[in-house]
Amino acid sequence: MTRPPHRFAPTQRLLHWLMAFCIIAMLFIGVGMVSTVAPKYLPLILIHKTLGVVLLILVLVRLALRLRLGAPPLPADLPPAIKLGARLSHLLLYGFMILMPLLGLGMLWAAAYPVVLFGGIEIPEFLPQSDRAHTLLWNAHVYLGLAFFALVLLHLAAALFHALIRRDGVFATISPLPQRERMKPAE
Amino acid sequence: MKLAGIPGRSSLGSLILIAAVIGCSAAAFAYTAGWLSPSRLTPDLMIAALTPPSGPPLGHRRNHAKGICFTGTFEANGNGVELSRAQMFVQGRYPVLGRFNLGTADPNAVDATVRVRGVGLQISAADGEEWRMAMINPPFFAVSTPEAFHDLLVAAGKKDPEAMTAFTRANPEFAAFAAWANAAPWTGSYAEEPYNSLNSFVFTNARGDEHAVRWSLLPTAEPTPIAQAELKKRGPDFLEQEITDRVQSAPQRWTMVTTVADPGDPTADPSRAWPENRRKVQVGTLVVQRIEAERDGPCRDINFDPTVLPRGIRISDDPFPAARSSVYRKSYDLRAAEAGDYPRSGVAKP
Repeated sequence: MTRPPHRFAPTQRLLHWLMAFCIIAMLFIGVGMVSTVAPKYLPLILIHKTLGVVLLILVLVRLALRLRLGAPPLPADLPPAIKLGARLSHLLLYGFMILMPLLGLGMLWAAAYPVVLFGGIEIPEFLPQSDRAHTLLWNAHVYLGLAFFALVLLHLAAALFHALIRRDGVFATISPLPQRERMKPAE
Repeated sequence: MKLAGIPGRSSLGSLILIAAVIGCSAAAFAYTAGWLSPSRLTPDLMIAALTPPSGPPLGHRRNHAKGICFTGTFEANGNGVELSRAQMFVQGRYPVLGRFNLGTADPNAVDATVRVRGVGLQISAADGEEWRMAMINPPFFAVSTPEAFHDLLVAAGKKDPEAMTAFTRANPEFAAFAAWANAAPWTGSYAEEPYNSLNSFVFTNARGDEHAVRWSLLPTAEPTPIAQAELKKRGPDFLEQEITDRVQSAPQRWTMVTTVADPGDPTADPSRAWPENRRKVQVGTLVVQRIEAERDGPCRDINFDPTVLPRGIRISDDPFPAARSSVYRKSYDLRAAEAGDYPRSGVAKP
């Protein structure tokens, strides 16, 4: 039997932090751009659309890595309720990461906007114009976006809780910093 | 109480730190969303200023709410290629979707009471690239900035006449527009109006040369001035009836003329016209072939966002296209959600 890893693989850690930065940027850009009429509206919306498509590709890569490489186990002494919460919140996070860009693209298609990304890359249309579909997708994109931010905050709070209070090695599994081996020979 | 079996003393500081991180993140998010700064000019505020006292025009555009659809072609004569590599300037015919409209937030306005007339256009290239624009008949815009436009809407909506006086004092450029509104002749047809981009854009040609430009659609129909009082007698919707009859008897044409700025011409301020002697290039002809009622027409669901541009055309330092894009998007989101209040005739049947 192979021992489960006690840290995520370096590519998984890299993807986690890269996507964390981009997702937080996306959430801020999203609420920022729809509340301004200033010239920055246009570059912001261009970045939002482009980054959204990039994140959709990255999350699929990340999910494939997760299924192939797995994840370190949670500490055995973690209460079952917290373990369940951790599993559910991670499922939700993956769900949001996949769903948000699809909702965004869908609402643009349903409004008959051409979807043009940075560098003039054009995404072909997959939905016909529809008031009903646009309204549904737009509402979902907005409200799930807000829920996504709340979940990101919860995730951040949990990470800090593990790192600062429980100090149970959970944060170390994803930490971007190099870690000393747990059991180091005496110096 | 102890948390998860870890002694509390030293973790109190950590808990406060965690609360501070989460709290600051949430506050930064709220600030970015504009929830903490009610005076920031948002699309919502602009739309609130556009909304007439009678309430929002449910299911309709929040401005230029009254209109009628058309389809036709843009016949490019090939001259535009020198200025822009946009495909629509290569000699040929390109399908057009458009909408004649009135500058009012009231979809039931009486035609003769609305000073500003406009047109929304979408020209499509073979590979799906689109050029959307929304133009109006005054030769220059009423104000210099989106903020001033908001102030104008607010001042015009107030009963107190002092509000407009104060607005004009703060925005002297408005005087020229007021003079145009008072003196410019009225016509009896959408077909007799010129339509102007007012905003400046940047054209890039195949060699990479850039030019700041504005463009206009000049009618080939001879404009016949008619007193506004005379127009009032023609019924509340005479413009729609007139253009329908006119196009039924013959397609209507406008020449598209691009005006090229000289270095130093004001590109960021649509309230300032460029001198008359600037270089002008005729790039093609808009041919309107078929009029359709808006309710079921093909223009109804198009947002004539002036920042939907093909390669070879981009926005300039003019702040209006971005502001218009932002507000038009919000207007589209609203009217799409309210489609039930303006049902298509097929859907409307009980």
